[in-house]
Amino acid sequence: MKAAAFAYARATSVMNALELLAAHGDRAKVLSGGQSLMPAMNLRLLSPDILVDVGGLAELRGIAVRGNLLVVGALTRHVDLLRSPEVALHASLLRDAVAHVAHPAIRNRGTIGGSLAHADPASELPACVVALGATIVVRGPAGERRIAATEFFKGIYETALSPDELLVAVEVPVAGRGATFFFQEYARRHGDYAVVGLAASAVVAAGRFSDLRLGFFAVGDRPLLAAAAGKLINASVTSALLAEAATALADELDPQEDQQASPAMRRHLATVLLRRCVAALLARSELEAGVTR
Amino acid sequence: MTVTRAPAETLSVLDRPNSYIGKTVPRPNLDRLLQGRGQYVSDLELPRMAHVVFLRSPYAHARIVAIDADAARRMSGVIAVVTGRELEAVITPWVGVLSHLKGLKSAPQHAIAVDRACWQGEAVAAIVATSRAAAEDAMEHVVVDYEELAAVTDMRTALDPATPVIHASLGDNLAFERTLDAGDVDQALSDSEVVEAEFVFGRHTGVTLEPRAVVADWNAAEARLTIYQGTQAPHMVQNIAALHLRLKEAQVRVVCKDVGGSFGIKVHIYADEMATYALSKLLRRPIKFVADRVESFNTDIHARDHRCRGRIGVRSDGTITAFEIDDLTGIGPYSMYPRTSAIEANQVVNLVGGPYVTANYRARARVVFQNKNVMCQYRAVGHPIACSITEGLVDLAASKIGMDPVEIRRRNLISDDAYPCASPSGMKFEQLSHHASLAKLLQMMDYGALRAEQAALRTRNIHRGIGFASFIEVTNPSATFYGVGGAKISSQDGVAVRLDAQGSVICQTSITEQGQGSESLTAQIVGSVLGVSMERVRVILGDTDNTPYGGGTWASRGAGIGGEAALQAAKALRQNILDVAAAILQSRPAGLDIVNNRIVNADDGAPRIELNELARIVYFRPDTLPPGIQPELMATRHFVPRQYPFAFTNGVQASWLEVDTETGFVTLLKHWVVEDCGTIINPQLVDEQIRGGVVQGLGAALFEKCIYDERGQLTNANMADYLVPMSGEMPDIEIGHVVSPTQETELGAKGAGEAGTAGAAAAVANAVNDALRPFGATITEIPLTPQVILTALGRI
Repeated sequence: MKAAAFAYARATSVMNALELLAAHGDRAKVLSGGQSLMPAMNLRLLSPDILVDVGGLAELRGIAVRGNLLVVGALTRHVDLLRSPEVALHASLLRDAVAHVAHPAIRNRGTIGGSLAHADPASELPACVVALGATIVVRGPAGERRIAATEFFKGIYETALSPDELLVAVEVPVAGRGATFFFQEYARRHGDYAVVGLAASAVVAAGRFSDLRLGFFAVGDRPLLAAAAGKLINASVTSALLAEAATALADELDPQEDQQASPAMRRHLATVLLRRCVAALLARSELEAGVTR
Repeated sequence: MTVTRAPAETLSVLDRPNSYIGKTVPRPNLDRLLQGRGQYVSDLELPRMAHVVFLRSPYAHARIVAIDADAARRMSGVIAVVTGRELEAVITPWVGVLSHLKGLKSAPQHAIAVDRACWQGEAVAAIVATSRAAAEDAMEHVVVDYEELAAVTDMRTALDPATPVIHASLGDNLAFERTLDAGDVDQALSDSEVVEAEFVFGRHTGVTLEPRAVVADWNAAEARLTIYQGTQAPHMVQNIAALHLRLKEAQVRVVCKDVGGSFGIKVHIYADEMATYALSKLLRRPIKFVADRVESFNTDIHARDHRCRGRIGVRSDGTITAFEIDDLTGIGPYSMYPRTSAIEANQVVNLVGGPYVTANYRARARVVFQNKNVMCQYRAVGHPIACSITEGLVDLAASKIGMDPVEIRRRNLISDDAYPCASPSGMKFEQLSHHASLAKLLQMMDYGALRAEQAALRTRNIHRGIGFASFIEVTNPSATFYGVGGAKISSQDGVAVRLDAQGSVICQTSITEQGQGSESLTAQIVGSVLGVSMERVRVILGDTDNTPYGGGTWASRGAGIGGEAALQAAKALRQNILDVAAAILQSRPAGLDIVNNRIVNADDGAPRIELNELARIVYFRPDTLPPGIQPELMATRHFVPRQYPFAFTNGVQASWLEVDTETGFVTLLKHWVVEDCGTIINPQLVDEQIRGGVVQGLGAALFEKCIYDERGQLTNANMADYLVPMSGEMPDIEIGHVVSPTQETELGAKGAGEAGTAGAAAAVANAVNDALRPFGATITEIPLTPQVILTALGRI
């Protein structure tokens, strides 16, 4: 379990990183926190010719509020999201989600940019940025471009990022009045990849959802912004309506089979999550009917 | 703790002043390990040492048509690429059978596959290079032409006529079959309510923190092989390495320093380790093999892959009238060497129904070959299977007649005053304490209050369950375990103790240390018996050149057997010291004692002479001793159990958990164990052994499973997909003791290492079924995954 030999370059600036990526194309891999890349290399599932280490780029660090956007640098580590007062105030969904990401040793190194660019369909942060309506900021030889999170994830480990581009930041709209979040995942052990998870962002006013964005993960090849949420917006949520939404959700999902769960189990768990999420966000425990916890 | 027997009239050597027995004292090796000065084989570097990696078969069953290693041989850093055919010249194949397991058969196994690979992961070539990385690079350039063969993967069809026979020379895929018929089962069942179920156990493995590791160093000038290996049985490795390399045992030294966990995984002889010894002899240089994690999953022995139909007869008054089982297990393509892969099934037959009175018991166990990784003995061998079947059936019987699970156990467990007695399978029990243990457990868990809480929560749609598991455990095995079957596996152990010239003690023992505290318990016993403080006792273990001959540490035997040898050796040395002291002091030996590192008067405790002064006189001024005195400040004693084949222990466990009936997820809330291992030498070490064992049992109950596909591919051979139990999911584990010392030894200690694993899964499975009772769902399969539970609940 030793990685094949590879070259290593420590980028001195974003520009320098882009030059290196342009020079090596898809034979290069960007090294950020290394928490997914290094195991894959040690298992020889990946054998890049060169690693472009962006770890020293101060310009990719930091969390700041600019206007009505929370701007999170790509090198922001999971532990920083967990502890940041700005995140807690403006996008607490990220904080809640990160507590479920692996273990402290991994959270101390893993970065938001790395997680998003890696695009594991079972990981938490991609679903969060989709639920939050965030924008992914990438830079390439032609300059900077902004990609809506909902357009960014293209499949298992696939994104809208091209090999010569670098993910530099995430822009999250700051939480407004009535904004509320829900995060829960079912994993066999704490810190494992989720069997099914839900990152939800909502605006609740007078006991109704004026907005509801449900970002399911581990239910397909990319995070899924559930259309079924639409049934619950600006409506009086009853058990019957919720059941209708759950049926719509189950129809909408096309989950994969793996060692943890069959597609039927994933559909089932997703509907359980939906009910628990709605009950929690509206603070109406009776909507959980049939739910034991 | 509860002591079931009154203390002896006279004080034993264990009751001496300042005894360490029964005290939690820090382990002597703690500072060394915590300061990172452990000596693990994985860290060992020798001059000219090369590294081997094994190219392993990607197929479960394939003919090796050709191996082209030319390109690999030319690569930088590569020393050799060796095939099974080439290695045959150095090392002979072996067959893992024991003569007392009648009918057990297996085929010759080679260090590296010759012509045919029989499981995904069997080595087909060795690549030796100056570093592991260089060897892995070269491995990618070894081209093997395989012809894939039909793989036998499902144990249920392994014996069907249509299924290919893995080893044609054996005639069929049946490795071993044992039947037992005691009492009159048919009669008993005809008068009873009968409950039947099929119990299914996931194949799982030990997952040691440090993988298997060996450095073999053939010194051609001395014609001697030194094997540095993390093993539980150094003398067994010495014997087998010598046998198959055509050497004398005297030409093989096995050194085993620190070991990063073993759990039975490291008590076997693995083909790749044998290949490493042979490569060192072939290439005349030190060779290192450290399994990586993927290799560990594919080649460390697996265990527990059983399917068993069980039946129980019960009368309306709760009397259990009979047990009947039909067990099937698949062990991979070879019976493991030298302990064989029939032991687990054999243990299942031995142990089912063991805690209970009924004399009617019928069993069949069949052990079949398949093209999967080899299976063999892992912590608590057979016990978790037997316990889960027995306790699962007892709970089903209780449920059938509407009796509380505690009450049915009270009515059927062997009475504490019925000993000595024997089980229907012939197991001899010296003294067990099922009822005292159960009573203590109920008190610890406050059973009545827990049932009330369960009922109250049910009304809020919260479903919690309570599960029990009584168990018996094989410990301190005598020669009946392996020796009688022809294996050169010693059931005796030896300890040598000597006083050095400054009054400190050096103790050499044949038991080994893999983290469970062998070193500590030996020092505690020797220090207590001799009357010297523990920090003056240095324990040497794990070196066939420098310890007495013995079995090592496995089957919960270190404390009971090695500990007794230590006690007897220390007693002998103590007498020798007192004889010399009496001569120096012109006193009688019986009038003297050793306390706190000095000779004192036995009656008033008055100090007479320091041990270091005595040692000075003996070693440097023997001329001052009375004429004719030849002091002997070293003593060696060996011990082997002779009266009982095994020192059985017993205990009972309980689990309290919650099932989320919407998601199928189980939350473990609490676990209790009451265990009777006889004399407790170090309470903390015993409790932590039990906790660790429980956790491995809980892993089996909820998480751990080697998942094979229909082509015999292990699909979760990594730490992300194979789920070991983690601390976050573990409940608090409360432990109590009942103490019934064995009378076969002066020490009175029985084993404690496997008790936790024996009953934990059974308690959890019974608790899950207890939680699911309102839903009418019963599950007799582990691991109890959310998928399994949701399916049983009809949710998916």
